[in-house]
Amino acid sequence: MSAPILSVRGLERRYGARIGCTGIGFDLWPGEVLGIVGESGSGKSTLLSCLAGHQRPEAGRVTYDGRDVLAMAETERRRLARTEWAYVHQHARDGLRMGVSAGANVGERLMATGARHYGRLRAQAIDWLDRVEIDQTRIDDRPTAFSGGMQQRLQIARNLVTGPRLVFMDEPTGGLDVSVQARLLDLLRGLVRDMGLSVIIVTHDLAVVRLLADRLMVMKSGRVVEQGLTDQVLDDPQHAYTQLLVSSVLQV
Amino acid sequence: MSDYNFAYLDEQTKRMIRRAILKALAIPGYQVPFASREMPMPYGWGTGGVQLTAACLTPDDCLKVIDQGADDTTNAVSIRKFFQRTAGVAVTQATREATLIQTRHRIPETPLTEDQVLVYQVPIPEPLRFLEPRETETRKMHELEEYGLMHVKLYEDIARHGQIATSYAYPVKVEGRYVMDPSPIPKFDNPKLSDCPAIQLFGAGREQRIYALPPYTQVVSLDFDDYPFEASKPDHDCDLCGASDSYLDEVITDDRGGRMFVCSDTDFCAGRVRAGHAGRLAGRNKGAAA
Ligand SMILES: Nc1ncnc2c1ncn2[C@@H]1O[C@H](COP(=O)(O)OP(=O)(O)O)[C@@H](O)[C@H]1O
Ligand SMILES: [Mg+2]
Ligand SMILES: [Zn+2]
Repeated sequence: MSAPILSVRGLERRYGARIGCTGIGFDLWPGEVLGIVGESGSGKSTLLSCLAGHQRPEAGRVTYDGRDVLAMAETERRRLARTEWAYVHQHARDGLRMGVSAGANVGERLMATGARHYGRLRAQAIDWLDRVEIDQTRIDDRPTAFSGGMQQRLQIARNLVTGPRLVFMDEPTGGLDVSVQARLLDLLRGLVRDMGLSVIIVTHDLAVVRLLADRLMVMKSGRVVEQGLTDQVLDDPQHAYTQLLVSSVLQV
Repeated sequence: MSDYNFAYLDEQTKRMIRRAILKALAIPGYQVPFASREMPMPYGWGTGGVQLTAACLTPDDCLKVIDQGADDTTNAVSIRKFFQRTAGVAVTQATREATLIQTRHRIPETPLTEDQVLVYQVPIPEPLRFLEPRETETRKMHELEEYGLMHVKLYEDIARHGQIATSYAYPVKVEGRYVMDPSPIPKFDNPKLSDCPAIQLFGAGREQRIYALPPYTQVVSLDFDDYPFEASKPDHDCDLCGASDSYLDEVITDDRGGRMFVCSDTDFCAGRVRAGHAGRLAGRNKGAAA
């Protein structure tokens, strides 16, 4: 069997005396989708941003493809962040450049990794707009002119264009209308399968993980209280908190 | 004059600026922060350049000041007078005679020499600012050589205008390392930045930054493989001196749509006219035409 693509041990992040997350450990296998669920404030975003290197944990180890992420030089980590990794923000405007066209948004990672042929950048942008179901006539429009769902799809295209291996997503369907969410989930599921992506997806929406995640981690007050295969956890929750979540008492 | 130290600034300030200049020369294209001083003129007047000039001038220097290529604009005249008064240095309008040239928006047409220093006035030193306003982030981008954003800007240009429409402050890469804003010179001047025998110093007063190109530094204008950089200029010859290879200003000559193209570098143009060259409208002059 192959090695995990991401391996996490004893991860802890504090905000002063307050715990962001603590005692986190798991392995993510190539091609696997891991869902992280829990109510608001349970530490999901904190964990994700520590994994992606946006925040520095106080303790623990993160190993990507055999490399110690926390010991890595920043140059190297940022290079990974724009090549092999991708990060989809909850609010599309945090992950997009609102001041430049959709085409430039898609092309940025390519240019950041050395693409210097305008014609080919253009062709790749068109191809990716197509894949995320944005009409290619919108290529020169700014994302400010896009709906929330389109902005989120553009953010996904912009992230996936370099063919990353590991994708972090923080509430990618949050704040969207239900019908828009469904379409986005469908699209994500297709892309994840086609590209064989390894994904860590944070959400408070169990419907999202039921559709996308192979495995689940349930978080409460910064700790993982239960983890397992998605169907197992959702259909036969062991921890009282998970039972509450599943019975949708805590669902917003 | 006796109220001021030589060239207005006190010796301690000049030493501080010289240290920044030396650092800038040691790391070509890198923006060195410096403690910009209040100068007796508004920021838009090139206080960054003025401080560099003040720190570099010696009593034996011969100073030339140009604004858009001309020695006789209000801005150029004021700065020249300022240093005549505070440093008592010789002044000239002839590029060849000058040992220090302070400029806004142009590089002289006459090739510079190893005995000269060219000081640029810079409004915005950060070439990445256009797309990334956060200073902490742009500093990081320079440190880690993450310059993809510069091409995003050029991409936008082509998407919008069908070509790279940036015609001033066209970004360059210095010695394969730092991306630099050459100040708002026309891109026609960009090739002169490279392999130049003179020392080139850039000063941004309000932004408190100094950067530099030591002699014979390699400077490359950014572009795309299928949209290569072109040092374009109006497709005319100078109407006064006939020069076909100098940067031209378009001048309206009357209210019936008459116009002429003349060298923006007035010293260069006058020199050619004196040497007997003549353009389409030879005999008239830029001042009388305007
Ligand atoms: N920047 C911060 N400074 C201080 N406390 C924070 C910060 N970010 C998050 N927290 C706290 O850490 C805990 C986990 O927050 P977060 O990771 O955002 O949870 P979630 O994403 O599950 O809603 C919460 O108690 C939150 O208030
Ligand atoms: Mg969150
Ligand atoms: Zn001329």
